[in-house]
Amino acid sequence: MPKGKKTTLKAIEKPAAFGPDLDVEAFKRETSYWPACKISTLPRDIAQRALSVGISTEEKERAGTYFQIDHSAILQTIRETFSGKAEIMSTKKALKKYRWAKEYWWEIVDANTDKFTALAKLKWDQGYFIRVLEGQKITIPLQACLFISKDNFNQNVHNLIIAEPNSEAQIITGCTVHPNVQSGLHVGISEFYVQKNAKLTFTMIHNWAQNFNVRPRTAALVDDDATFVSNYMCMKPVKSLQMYPVAYCKGANSRVRFNTILHGNQNSHLDVGSKVVLQGKGSRGEIITRAIASDNAQINARGLLVGEHEDSKAHLECRGLLLSDEAYIHAIPELVGNVKGTELSHEAAVGKIAEEQIQYLMARGFSQTEAESLIIRGFMDINIFGLPDALKRDVKRMIDATFGGAL
Amino acid sequence: MLRIENLTVEIAGKRVLGGVNLEVPKGEIHVLLGPNGSGKTSLITSILGFPSCHILSGNIRFNGTDITTMPTDERVKLGIGVAFQNPPQIRGVKLGDVLRHLTKGKIDEVKLAGTTNIPVDFFGRDLNLGFSGGELKRTEILQLLAQRPDFAIFDEPDSGVDVENLEVIGKAINEFLKNRSGLLITHLGHILRYLKVDKAHVMFYGTIACSGKPTNIINRIMKKGYKWCERCPKVKKLR
Repeated sequence: MPKGKKTTLKAIEKPAAFGPDLDVEAFKRETSYWPACKISTLPRDIAQRALSVGISTEEKERAGTYFQIDHSAILQTIRETFSGKAEIMSTKKALKKYRWAKEYWWEIVDANTDKFTALAKLKWDQGYFIRVLEGQKITIPLQACLFISKDNFNQNVHNLIIAEPNSEAQIITGCTVHPNVQSGLHVGISEFYVQKNAKLTFTMIHNWAQNFNVRPRTAALVDDDATFVSNYMCMKPVKSLQMYPVAYCKGANSRVRFNTILHGNQNSHLDVGSKVVLQGKGSRGEIITRAIASDNAQINARGLLVGEHEDSKAHLECRGLLLSDEAYIHAIPELVGNVKGTELSHEAAVGKIAEEQIQYLMARGFSQTEAESLIIRGFMDINIFGLPDALKRDVKRMIDATFGGAL
Repeated sequence: MLRIENLTVEIAGKRVLGGVNLEVPKGEIHVLLGPNGSGKTSLITSILGFPSCHILSGNIRFNGTDITTMPTDERVKLGIGVAFQNPPQIRGVKLGDVLRHLTKGKIDEVKLAGTTNIPVDFFGRDLNLGFSGGELKRTEILQLLAQRPDFAIFDEPDSGVDVENLEVIGKAINEFLKNRSGLLITHLGHILRYLKVDKAHVMFYGTIACSGKPTNIINRIMKKGYKWCERCPKVKKLR
């Protein structure tokens, strides 16, 4: 792929393939520097927002933490127990520290894809580097928080995550804004390398603001016998969110799973999909999406499976629930088989809550509101994420907070 | 306890009940028999007040209160409970969550599950999803036992149930109804081997064609089928 600065500069004019186009110059770039601090000494309003995206301020609950506010990496620590087993730091620091890190940089995401990738290359503001060392099993989650404190601000992060051979880890990333922030643009480039026989579960939770725009650009390369699970959840209003992460199952017996839970509300425009490219012998992929649209929300739920190896198999499942007549869900599942022998399948369903389900639960004494809430929370079944118990509790709390608790 | 007078109901523009009169006094258990399509299940959904049931005339009283236009959940709070014949599947809603809501911590769900032969791992399963016919019946009865209504309605608890489970279900219902009132709906009557009922009603063409001593009516129907009823002048008149 062409990597010269000239082509990147050219791409800065190029609208993305999907989602509403944006003027990237319309956002502010200047901000003040945030000094390093401990997670326990974060200002209360910031800590609370961080909690809303699964970021724990209790150090003992996480193996390591990266915390970035605007352009400043204010925290990059690994707990002593895990030192020498995993590393967490800003990507700027990592690229200085490790010459080899360049080999993974802009390798599977092309900076010339569109104006957002070009922007992230030309105006790069840190991001996190997480490395799980060979053979290490990190038993509690690592966490990263990308935070925006200023209104109408543009943040462009570039993250690099490497799970070395035979390693295992859980990462939770929360992206959010200060309660005073209404609008802005967040661009996040993430490159994942899941090496031989490694297992990486990545869970990303977003909580933006009504007029905020978000453009993540993610790719993962999955090696022999490795497993990559990517969970994504967005429950709160956002002006526009467009992402279409891709995972390349390059290795033999590589496994990829994308689980997505979306709640589009107010005037949110969500264009979210996942792609799996099956390249290795015995590679397997799965995409599961649950989308709820209320108010005037518009959701495009995409999915693409590409079978390039004769011994490969993948399935895509998308369920959409409409809670308003003004809302819209467009499920777009696509299957592309390039060789005979690949097995690709999909099932998609879009509809409203079945009346008979509400009546049935009301016959068990639930009120109509309780019954609807129970059905919606059941629809957003976080068990699909396969999270460890502590994380599962946190995520469940977020869903209960959004859809009320009947139980 | 339950008193239905002259109830006429339409579902989706079709008359399903025509002038039903039925009274179940406190402490009694009645059985409602009738061929398929005679209106037994429509009567239940009308008692529960499902919005699909349009009441054209008549009224339903429960413990003296007129519940004819009351929302379903309020009727249930007064003490009506139903074990359904064909409950819907609800993805992501766990049986255990519903049971905990029903018991409100007052009874041990695990012990209760034992009496209906439901393994505890069912608590983590999605409601009615992938359950076998027998499992559906047993989990419906389990939910009703957890709900503890004063007046319990069982809609065809015996259809599609094997012999071993029929006994489990029969005993569980019998034990539960000891100090309660209830209405048992059955097409085949198998469950009656385990239960003592006070009165039998036979439904035809959306109304109660005859009522009387359970032994007489049940024995005849079990032996000769509903064809025997069809020859009855009372039923002929209804056609």
